[in-house]
This record gives sequence, structure tokens and C-alpha cells, in this order.
Amino acid sequence: MIRFDTLLESPADWMRQGTSHGDIVVTSRIRLARNLVDHAFPGWGRKQENEATLRVIQPMVESLPQLENAFSRHLNKLTAIQKQALVERHLISREHAARAAGSAAVMNQAQSISIMINEEDHLRMQSIQPGLALRESYQILNEIDTELEQSLEFAFDKQLGFLTACPTNLGTGLRASAMLHLPALMLSDQVNQVIQAVNKIGLAVRGLYGEGTEALGNLFQISNQTTLGDRELEIIARLQKVIEQIVNHEKNARKKLLSDNTTTLCDQVGRAFALLRHAHVMPSKEALNLTSMLRLGVDLKFFPAEFTVVLESLLMEIQPAHLQIRADRKLPTQERDEMRSQIIRDRLKSLPEPDISNALQSLDEGSTNSTEE
Amino acid sequence: MTCDLCDEKASVFLTQIVDGQMQKVNLCETCAQAKGVTDPTGFALADLLLGVGEEEKEDLELETDDLPVSAPAVAAEFTDLDENTSCQACGFTHAQFKKAGRLGCSKCYQIFGAGLDSLLKAMHKGTHHIGKVPKRHQAVVEQRDELDNLRMQLEDAVTREAFEKAASLRDQILKLEAEMAQLAADQAANPPANVVS
Ligand SMILES: [Zn+2]
Ligand SMILES: [Zn+2]
Repeated sequence: MIRFDTLLESPADWMRQGTSHGDIVVTSRIRLARNLVDHAFPGWGRKQENEATLRVIQPMVESLPQLENAFSRHLNKLTAIQKQALVERHLISREHAARAAGSAAVMNQAQSISIMINEEDHLRMQSIQPGLALRESYQILNEIDTELEQSLEFAFDKQLGFLTACPTNLGTGLRASAMLHLPALMLSDQVNQVIQAVNKIGLAVRGLYGEGTEALGNLFQISNQTTLGDRELEIIARLQKVIEQIVNHEKNARKKLLSDNTTTLCDQVGRAFALLRHAHVMPSKEALNLTSMLRLGVDLKFFPAEFTVVLESLLMEIQPAHLQIRADRKLPTQERDEMRSQIIRDRLKSLPEPDISNALQSLDEGSTNSTEE
Repeated sequence: MTCDLCDEKASVFLTQIVDGQMQKVNLCETCAQAKGVTDPTGFALADLLLGVGEEEKEDLELETDDLPVSAPAVAAEFTDLDENTSCQACGFTHAQFKKAGRLGCSKCYQIFGAGLDSLLKAMHKGTHHIGKVPKRHQAVVEQRDELDNLRMQLEDAVTREAFEKAASLRDQILKLEAEMAQLAADQAANPPANVVS
């Protein structure tokens, strides 16, 4: 069993860049909701009942080979700040963090698998992978689910499928989602069109932090809305297809920005570089938006490729709970903003000045190729 | 009842609907004081337990897996049921479902499921699960499908007055029903870990 500090010091697996569309699809996530038969759902169950289901579920989860040497803790044994840090890492939900006795969180050190026990449902299992890897994520989680159903009897109905506390999760109990970084669609004012189009076909797109054009860091989450009436792999395939289209739109928007709005683009990336490298007070929102521009810069080869990973772990480190755990005390906003800027300056010390020649060169090659075809 | 934040005896009990979900918090006198819970109506439970004060919270709304579905939207369809209808297994009432948009236990679906169809149609792609079936249920599901199939054939045979065919179908149905009863008995004899209480 690993300690909380060890967990937090370990970089998550998904922070490395994914092999499939890793420049635009940051992560792919699958979540499955399951409940035990003959027990009240956690939201309605009394403390004693939730503690009883927890006693049954937790050892089964801990004994999974996939969760060998895991971090496993009752939520009342974690401080508010520690729980918030797990939320910041996408390892538990905000709702789960609000729970205490009778709930637990179990996750592997690579942070690719996380099991919430007694969230809204008895089991909320999640698998997270870098890049566009929904099928892989599902496969990992499906194996765990199959293993658990041997020792736990899940509430299941022939017609309604897996029974969940909220009817919106009935059937497969599956939520597939991907986090997309869409700075070029945002800069060229196309993001709302994309969101509207996607919503029309029954998928949900939301800003990861904030809604619509207010989305911070140009990060968006796209997920399936319906869970009943479709096979798991069909849900995933439909989502995957739409994500691939959005990725193409973003790629085209990036090319167009580079060729038609070169100065604006260089200005944005350059300003982000200057501010992040030299500011001494850095609020969360500003940090998210500036790192987005820097990440775009890396994708466009203004910066060396290895900085994607640096930026990814930096984004975790500078979040409020992570900062306060590092400081080992509660920090007021002003102090957090100072500490944040200090960490950013330190991590980006070796980041060279943006070099746009690579990008323009690849653009030239690109256009030559297309005329040859 | 002990405090949710420490292990002292709880004396302050709070209930709040957060995003359509009912949340209960039990606090001891000391923790309630420390959290400034003097007026238990106007605070967000999640933030209280997270220990994040309103002014200290950075305005980052983190994502949730659940889509924002309002409780009234979920429960509005269930108007044909009496408010006091309740689940025998867990005591959850229809009035509570209307308020929270969540059910009390898996058996609640049998009680409140009456008006579910139109709701599911609006909410989902279909009203029948066609995805993964747990191993434990696979045999049962297959047998039930087969039983449905045989019964339909029987009905058809009777209408056509093909009585020999009907008799043979009836025998098959009886045999299958016996097998199903046996399987149910076997599964009851080998309960999984969670069927203890
Ligand atoms: Zn207390
Ligand atoms: Zn019930």
C-alpha cells in the first residue's frame, strides 16, 4: 500500500503525451457505475449501511491484480486539502470528495485506474489514458468489472441493465469522455459552432473549467449523454468518430492560423512565454490560459516537444490544493498566486525562446506536398 | 451517530440538496462551530466538507462525470404515482424521488419503474439494455429469452390449432422452467461475497 505523498509525487501515466492525437486529445476516460444488490444506494443508505457495503467492496477492489500496491483510503482519513488534490488530479469527483465515513478511494500509483467506493453509486470505476484511447481505457476497465462481478453481485435488470442511483446512468453505466485542447478553434471563433453541432447529435461538450467561450485553458470535455439502448463499444465508437472530426477541425484551424494570422499567433505564444517566465503573481485562470498558448506553441514546434510533459505536470502542481500540500499549510489567494508564479518560473527556466522558423518551414513543406497531389 | 469530520458525538444534523442529490451531514458541536454552521440553509455542503470557504475558493468549476440533470426534470414524469408510495426494501418514497431525482436502492426501480418508460425514452437512446450482461445473469437472460420465444410459438400454435405442436412446446416450456428454478437454487446456494446481511 502506498502513502498519499508517494501518490502525489508520482507523475500520472496520462501526463506523458498520448500516441494517438496526443497534441489535441489530452486524455481519454471511461467510467463505469455499478451497485450491489440488496443494499441502499450510498446517497440514501445510512452511515452503518454504507460502512457495511464498504467493508465488502474495499477488500475485493484491493485484491485486484491491477491494483497491486495501490493507494487505498477511507475518505474520513484524508484531510479536506488532500481530497481536493485528488479532485484536481481527476482521481475522484467533487461529489466524492464531499463524502467522509463510509466511502473510500482506491487507485494505482500510475493513476490510470481509480475506484470510488460509495460515491453516488456503490462503485464508480474509472480508467484514464493519454491521447485518444477510449477503447484501450474501456478494455482495462471491462476486465476489472468482469473480475469484480465474480465476487460481488451487481444490481442488474434484464431490461434496464445495470441499476444506478440516477436513471441517467442506467443500462451500461458507462460514461466515455475525452479532454480536448482546442486553442485554434477558440482563437478563430469556431468553438461555439462545434459545441452546438456536437450537442445536436446527443453528445455533451463542456468547458473543463467554465462554459462555452469562457472555457479556461481552452480545455473541453466531450462525453456520451445516453447510457441505455446501445452497446458499450457502439457508444465509444460514435464518440470516437466525433472526436476525430473535432481533431481535424482543430488541425485545420491551426494550419490556417499559422498561414493567415502568423503575427497574431506568434504574439499570443510570445506573450504567454514572457508572462509565465517573468511574472511574480500568477492567478489560476491566467495560468491556465497562458499555458494553453504555450502548449499550442509546443505542438506547432515553436518549442521542443519534451515540454508537453513539463506543462502537463506543471498544470497539476500549480492548482490550489497541490500548492497547499507543498507548502504544508493553508495559503491565502495572494500567497498561492506568488508561489504559483515561482514554480512556473522554475519549471520553465530551461524553456528556450519561441522559434517560429520550424513551424513556418513545416507549413511550406505542407503546402508543397498538397500542390504535388 | 458520530461527526463526519472527527469521531466525536454528532449533535448538528444537516440535509441539503446538492445538484439534485440529497446530502446528509452530521457534525459535532466543535466542528459545527469551526465550520461556521450557524445558519444551516445557505451554505454548500460540498464546500463545507472540502473546507473551502467561499472567498478562498478559486473560481474553477471542476468537471464532473455526471451531466447536470435537474431533479424535477428527472422526476417530473412520475406524476401518476401517489406521493406516499414507498419502496418496501429501503423505505424511499415517491415524494423523495421527486425531490432528489435519485432512487434509494436497486429495488426502487420495481416500485417507481411504472412511469419510467417515457422518461427513459426522453433520456436515452432506447429503453432496453443491449450491452454487457454480468456472467451471473447470462444464463438467466438466455433462458428468459428462450422462454419468451417458446411462449410466443405456443400462442401461435394454439391459434393455428396445431395441438400436437402446442403440446410439445408446452413440455419444452415446463422443462425450461424447471431448469431455471434449478439454476436459481444453485445461485442461491453459492452467494457472492456481498450477499451476507
Ligand atoms: Zn467533529
Ligand atoms: Zn428502494
